[in-house]
Amino acid sequence: MKIFNNKISQFIMRVLVLVLIFTIVQYLIASGSVSRFYEISLTSMCINVILAVSLSLINGFTGQLSLGHAGFMAVGAYVSVVLTNYYELPFIVGLLGGCLGAAIAGFIIGVPTLRLKGDYLAIATLGFGEIIRVLLQNIDYVGGPAGISGIAKMTNWAWLFGSVVLTIVVIQNIINSSYGRAIISIREDEIASEVMGVNTTNYKVLAFVVGAMFAGLAGGLYGHYFYIIKPETFNFLKSFDILVMVVLGGLGSTTGAIIAAVFITVLTAALQAYPAVRMIIYALILIIVMIYRPQGLMGNKEITMKTFGRIWSGRK
Amino acid sequence: MLELTQQLINGLSLGAIYALIALGYTMVYGIIKLINFAHGEIMMVGAYVGFFSISILGTHIIVAMLFAMIACAIFGVIIEKIAYRPLRSATRIAALITAIGVSLLLQYTTIFFLTPQQRIFPATAFVTQDYVVWGLSISNKDIFIFISAIILMIILQYIIRRTKTGKAMRAVSLDRDAAVLMGISVDRTISITFAIGSALAAAAGVMVGIYYNTINPLMGIIPGLKAFVAAVLGGIGIVPGAMVGGFLMGILETLVSGYGNSLYRDAVAFGVLILILIIKPTGLFGKNTGEKV
Amino acid sequence: MRLSRKVSVVVLTMFMLSILVGCGGNAEKDPGQEGSKTDGTIKIGINSELSGNVASYGTNARDGAMLAIETINASGGVLGQQLEAVVRDCKSLPDEAMSVSASLIDEGIVAQIGPLTSGNVAGSTPVMMESQVPLIAPAATADPITFDEKTNKVRDYIFRVCYSDSYQGTIMAAFATDNLEVKNVVIFKDASSDYGKGLADYFKEAFIEKGGKIIAEEGFVKGDRDFRATLTKIRGMNPDFIYVPGYYEEVAPLIKQARELGINVPIGGPDGWDSPDLVGVVGADNLNKTYFTNHYSVQDESPKVVEFVEAYKAKYNKDPDAFAALAYDSVYLLAQAITDAGEADPQKITEALAVVTDFEGVTGTMRIDDKHNPVKGVVILEHIDGKQVMNTRIQP
Repeated sequence: MKIFNNKISQFIMRVLVLVLIFTIVQYLIASGSVSRFYEISLTSMCINVILAVSLSLINGFTGQLSLGHAGFMAVGAYVSVVLTNYYELPFIVGLLGGCLGAAIAGFIIGVPTLRLKGDYLAIATLGFGEIIRVLLQNIDYVGGPAGISGIAKMTNWAWLFGSVVLTIVVIQNIINSSYGRAIISIREDEIASEVMGVNTTNYKVLAFVVGAMFAGLAGGLYGHYFYIIKPETFNFLKSFDILVMVVLGGLGSTTGAIIAAVFITVLTAALQAYPAVRMIIYALILIIVMIYRPQGLMGNKEITMKTFGRIWSGRK
Repeated sequence: MLELTQQLINGLSLGAIYALIALGYTMVYGIIKLINFAHGEIMMVGAYVGFFSISILGTHIIVAMLFAMIACAIFGVIIEKIAYRPLRSATRIAALITAIGVSLLLQYTTIFFLTPQQRIFPATAFVTQDYVVWGLSISNKDIFIFISAIILMIILQYIIRRTKTGKAMRAVSLDRDAAVLMGISVDRTISITFAIGSALAAAAGVMVGIYYNTINPLMGIIPGLKAFVAAVLGGIGIVPGAMVGGFLMGILETLVSGYGNSLYRDAVAFGVLILILIIKPTGLFGKNTGEKV
Repeated sequence: MRLSRKVSVVVLTMFMLSILVGCGGNAEKDPGQEGSKTDGTIKIGINSELSGNVASYGTNARDGAMLAIETINASGGVLGQQLEAVVRDCKSLPDEAMSVSASLIDEGIVAQIGPLTSGNVAGSTPVMMESQVPLIAPAATADPITFDEKTNKVRDYIFRVCYSDSYQGTIMAAFATDNLEVKNVVIFKDASSDYGKGLADYFKEAFIEKGGKIIAEEGFVKGDRDFRATLTKIRGMNPDFIYVPGYYEEVAPLIKQARELGINVPIGGPDGWDSPDLVGVVGADNLNKTYFTNHYSVQDESPKVVEFVEAYKAKYNKDPDAFAALAYDSVYLLAQAITDAGEADPQKITEALAVVTDFEGVTGTMRIDDKHNPVKGVVILEHIDGKQVMNTRIQP
């Protein structure tokens, strides 16, 4: 149908849908009909979406298995909280600082490790994630193991929504650009890509830095909602949680990452009354998905306006 | 000087345990190029089997260790069949992710059935005798662990170098397709490799139980990671490398705690890993093979 | 190809619908459902670390609390109503603790017991304060938990039944100088928890003030079992006394290895040591000349303690540790406050809690002070031949 295929009307449709979602939820929250529990879950959901999409860029599109994503989140959280709580700077400065800090961490970690392949890279990133955690635990300035507490709540629906949209838009645009094609070519066959003249190291570092940056954004939002940050929170299990989302959604699909992030957040909230089995279920999900459907839910397909167009017109 | 020697002794028994676990990692990696994340958990299962053997069945410590080794050998083979065999032709990342899943599954299933509380190894299982030799403190536990580890490693070397099974293992890790052409049953060889590696980890688990007296469901995580670093340090896929790497890691960790700052001990272990991977990824004993296109 | 595309579209739509249902269902929910007295039960939330880093302690705390609830119910409940426990797992994470508190409040609890560690209590705090529902922390020891240093005000809805770090650390420092008369001390702390760090800091401050000297400060992390390297180093420093603020899972092998290395000086610690596992792992001989500050002794002959220990053993087949005892007391304290308030209303319970003057718990007789901390005596227990013997009792 024409309305879905015209570029400008596509854009307008998208903006309309976004404004609609934002206003509805904002209204629900402001009018107090959303209980605190749902507000917390919604916040977690948005933060998870940002984390999953940013990790998806590194793991899914560039094919580099990074197991230390929680470390970048930690850097973002700590830097942003220090800026707002210790130096009394405004929230936006804190968030930007967090992003920058995480991006720098991504660069520092990326450059040496990206020469490694496959499993070695994975373990090296896991190691770096743990090193960040141990370092934070031993720096008294940021509270050591006790972390920083009493953080004022500055994250709200507007910030969350804006950040989610920003993340998705930026990352999708990277993927659909020539950078994206270079990145995907690295995933498909690194040696061939290098032979074709793609500077694989540069692009891998780019993906790493961008992914880290958004993880830092998520960390900043997290810190300013949940009142306290401690190094323990950003351990390997957190990285694992994000990994489950990306794998479940499909390594190579942004919409997959979004859907899986939402699904896992809902599942976590639903399983709150059954603590013993939650981790068992996650581990089983991971194993079963990897054995029976390793491409995840979406493979590398995306849901775009075109998909709706096809459904509408009955064409497949 | 006295203190240094004492620290070296401390490091050796710690290193023996890391070496035993590292051997399992390295053997599995050598043969199917998989980092078996769940290996630390196999050690934990071995510790629990040993614990129940001693506390419920009242067996002697050596018998308990044998039970643990047999149980974990079977367990390792089962895990390989269910979780890793279907992924043999998949990407290595897929297999690695599955291994992480298995690791967490084992931890949390154990917590579910056995509660997260620690269990205490009965003191009667192994009566400790502390000796002071030339001002150095050594206990009979240190000696037992060190000697048992050496014996197991000698047995392992014998199996690999002198038996047909060992030859098959070496062949499959060198070139799987050629091994198939030579009539070697790859599935069976891989299963045997898992069995042996798991048995060694189980022995390590029982030793940890004796030495530190307590076991808990999460005990496999950190030693597992450090043993992995040890395997990489020595050269992943190379058996003598794992042995040397294990002892080196034990001594290094002890020296860092003893002379540096004990708080950064874990960070140093990972730092070593990253340094090795950057400087010489094939490890101390490894050879550089280029990747064929 | 076509079929799988259709299938994924259907699956996706179902996902989105389920999400909408999950989120949209709240619109009909009545947010003002606090202090529910429906069905004739009083709902008490138990927000504990049942998985994650401190799961072994959190499950003990839950067990202690559940025992208390059952015992109270068996003798008629509170205000003629039965207590109903709503148990959730906060996974040893502060953000999850916040989420759990919110969901417990939605369920209509009148008060929350737990979480165990200070960080997780901090996570719950904003929600409890906003919804004006009280929280009793069984074992969170960081001073800022109940008192906001930034605004210099006590946190209205947060209470605790355990000592604060400043209290406990200072007492051990005084004991070391006055009773043990030691001058040179090494602190070997749990550097991975706020508990270890807080206690080490306060001990150090008080000890130096009394003229003592801290030769060195070493650390271990949760999960460690091998301390020989650092202990060898400490042995070389020749201290008179070693202060080990940490939890028993690490402290037990630590003490054992210290003795095996020939370190025979007195060793001291806080209530985190209190567990039947201590003597089980360390051995009676090695445990001689160790002291720790605690609320009570599990071997106390007084009827209250005996009753608790026997009941706990009967139900769980093991001896209780400090966390179980403190959680047990938290529930009884809450029950007393509800009775005092005359009504299971969160606001009234909070006001009753703030003025408790005479609560007799297993872990001591206490009153709640203006900073919502318990004012109760401390016992310093010494291990003699594997038994806990009271060395000193310090009254507030």
